[in-house]
Amino acid sequence: MNGENGTRSYTLRIWRQDGPDRPGRFVEYPVSGIDPNMSFLEMLDQLNEELLRHGERAIEFDSDCREGICGTCGVCIDGRPHGPVPNTTTCTLRMREFPDGATITVEPFRAKAFPVVKDLVVDRSAFDRIVQKGGFVSVNVGSAPEANTVLVPKDVAEEAMDSAACIGCGACVAACPNASAALFVGAKIRHLRLMPHGQPERRRRVLSMVAQMDEEGFGNCSNHGECEAACPKSISIENIATMRREYWLALLGLL
Amino acid sequence: MMRNGELHSGAPGGPIETKWERHKGSLRLVSPANRRKFDVIVVGTGLAGASAASALGELGYNVLNLCIQDSPRRAHSVAAQGGINAAKNYRNDGDSVFRLFYDTIKGGDFRAREENVYRLAELSLKIIDHCAAQGIPFAREYGGHLANRSFGGVQVSRTFYARGQTGQQLLLGAYGSLMRQVDAGQVRILPRREMLDLVVVDGRARGIVCRNLVTGAIESYAGHAVVLCTGGYSTVYFLSTNAVNSNATAIWRCYKRGAFFANPSFTQIHPTCIPVVGSQQSKLTLMSESLRNDGRVWVPKQPGDRRPPNEIPESERDYFLERMYPAFGNLVPRDVASRAAKAVCDEGRGVGPTGLAVYLDFRDAIERLGVDVVRERYGNLFQMYKEITNEDPYQVPMRIYPAPHYTMGGLWVDYNLMSTIPGLFVLGEANFSDHGANRLGASALMQGLADGYFIIPYTLAHYLAGNTLGNVTTEHPAFREAELQVRQQVERLLSIRGKKTVRELHWQLGRLLWDRVGMTRNAQGLREAIEKVRELRQEFWENVNVPGSGDDLNKCLEMAGRLADYFELGELMCRDALEREESCGCHFREEYRTPEGDPKRDDERYAYVAAWEYTGEGAEPRLHREPLRFEVVQPSARSYR
Repeated sequence: MNGENGTRSYTLRIWRQDGPDRPGRFVEYPVSGIDPNMSFLEMLDQLNEELLRHGERAIEFDSDCREGICGTCGVCIDGRPHGPVPNTTTCTLRMREFPDGATITVEPFRAKAFPVVKDLVVDRSAFDRIVQKGGFVSVNVGSAPEANTVLVPKDVAEEAMDSAACIGCGACVAACPNASAALFVGAKIRHLRLMPHGQPERRRRVLSMVAQMDEEGFGNCSNHGECEAACPKSISIENIATMRREYWLALLGLL
Repeated sequence: MMRNGELHSGAPGGPIETKWERHKGSLRLVSPANRRKFDVIVVGTGLAGASAASALGELGYNVLNLCIQDSPRRAHSVAAQGGINAAKNYRNDGDSVFRLFYDTIKGGDFRAREENVYRLAELSLKIIDHCAAQGIPFAREYGGHLANRSFGGVQVSRTFYARGQTGQQLLLGAYGSLMRQVDAGQVRILPRREMLDLVVVDGRARGIVCRNLVTGAIESYAGHAVVLCTGGYSTVYFLSTNAVNSNATAIWRCYKRGAFFANPSFTQIHPTCIPVVGSQQSKLTLMSESLRNDGRVWVPKQPGDRRPPNEIPESERDYFLERMYPAFGNLVPRDVASRAAKAVCDEGRGVGPTGLAVYLDFRDAIERLGVDVVRERYGNLFQMYKEITNEDPYQVPMRIYPAPHYTMGGLWVDYNLMSTIPGLFVLGEANFSDHGANRLGASALMQGLADGYFIIPYTLAHYLAGNTLGNVTTEHPAFREAELQVRQQVERLLSIRGKKTVRELHWQLGRLLWDRVGMTRNAQGLREAIEKVRELRQEFWENVNVPGSGDDLNKCLEMAGRLADYFELGELMCRDALEREESCGCHFREEYRTPEGDPKRDDERYAYVAAWEYTGEGAEPRLHREPLRFEVVQPSARSYR
């Protein structure tokens, strides 16, 4: 550590792009005085403060909760969505993971279905449109029975929760060489397939969500497994297997 | 709502147990065929907004739903950890609707309305039924029944949960229902929009003006009613547990259009947050209150004791919550725990590099229960703590300190959740309604969903059916006027080109409010704070630098607009705290305390909701009072000793 009080310095190569139809480019920014306990986004905040103080435009990036649950943040750091540490979102990634003096490349999640809005910000509304095609249980307010009339074994609820924990950040898409959304869609399919409440709509759900996924321009899954490695919530590729099984059963009229 | 110069909720009389049923019976209805003729604008997609928009869509209204995030699934309700209360009494431990009502009224230190709180407790049952039916994977017992855990300030287990991600799961349930209505064509969703003004025509809320955050376009939307679900404002303190984009702008602009703002200074400071580490910290991370079930809070007995915690012998530790509050110990309500932590730090007994922290120690719990049980109960929280601090709480005690978390204050609403502007409804944390001067854990999710799923569908119909609402389009001059104001503010912010950043000024404001209108308050400090907030506000308008343009994504510009409102809100918070010459719940005035140092409430003079009316730029706001009447529970000293 070379700075005062053990602070660190880095060279950042950051993707700047003025808008969806504008050309983008990498711009280098030196940063110093970085406390190793700072989060990656706080480091970007500090750089932005410098830029703003000089009357320059800040680097735009998305973030909100800053505790790894809302799924708003997400950039590729040295080619990896959310950076080098497993099970971590960009906002909970700490600078102590980066050696002093390192050059760090920062770019947006790349996928045809996630057009760049500006700089590091992308448009992930394709995910919302997929959920619109069946990522729910169709129950109107007022029509639910007493909660304990439907029993759910503890291990089933736990397994469903493993899938439901998806934060919809899109790292799986950015990590996939085909830009497939199979992990995102598979997690929702498996969560609702496991819960008894999701049974009546199984067939319709898997067919229409998969159709919408294709419609949005996501690629096909070819079992690289990069999605699972990049997922900040450790969603397993088993979810993709479930989705495929459900899909074939639905096509064959077995659901 | 105004009677003899006093505000009233408009709830019916009679026994509290049947008020809501009788009220519902008296509300007007809109027939199924007529609902599609009504356009309803819902702002926000958190638990209150998503539940309201989806429920209204299901009924057949035309709903327009806007949110500031890039997707409705990301609203800040997503971050709630611990759980949601419901008086199911599945544990057979003496819970009931009445007990949930009683705990919440007492927890709020007798500064909430009885009829609202009773309704909330009543609706808690239906909320769990509905959320379970949505397929939310709640924690279960081995037999498949729903599991419960306990939370602070109560003596029963009534909290339903989904690991440490209850808010996320409830929100995704509501989001799913919302997406279903989008597909059905009942709800239109517009993400990345920020509401910047309310449009009032003939005294009624008839639309909004917002900014498209991607293109910078100023957009107007007209409707028959506006339902505001825009959350709380504890980011006024700069550092808080809230998300970066949480803000008060929507409710503040409604205040300036005539909606009363109630109890603005009632802010919950949550005791178990991870302390500040650096000067660039952007937010504080909350650790679930459930940790206080097994963790013991302590500081060294001697001020300035800098030894590592494990070297401080038992006899030299002060387990101050257990010492001061033997009946509830470490599980006293949040306001009590926070003030006690502040007090020991003020005595110089705080720990960690800044001296602004206390220990939360699991050594005894690990000895008693074994490390595996502790891991099963709190593993994900321990991991989160370690990620942030690089310290292992299995080996050394956690360090915690209070942080701004939830705002009980908000826009004043009547029993129908309507503000003082007819046609403007306010739901969830954005209103002031149910928590009084302090909110108990696991009650915020409950309130958001009660408002959205089960109250607004009835009360909105009553408003729409009971009033002749002429046709108003965005061509109306009131929209032009509001758009002009919004545009002028954007241009003004971009033209100052001063020397200070938005963040620097926000940090200064936050620091000031934290010191003067935070965990404790006093008259002199508040008077000075009002002056200082005004000075800072002036400096902001003369010396802020917002580079870039208003024609595309510009987060600095967004933050500047929100901060501009925070200067005004900050001043109102100080005024409200100054006016209330008593201590109650979160509002601890140093001048008003018992000989033991507990808050001293003054029911004679202050058993009311303080509702502030905007009277113009630079003019003193006017105070209106809604008297609180306690017919079921007699206010008593709120003792946890």
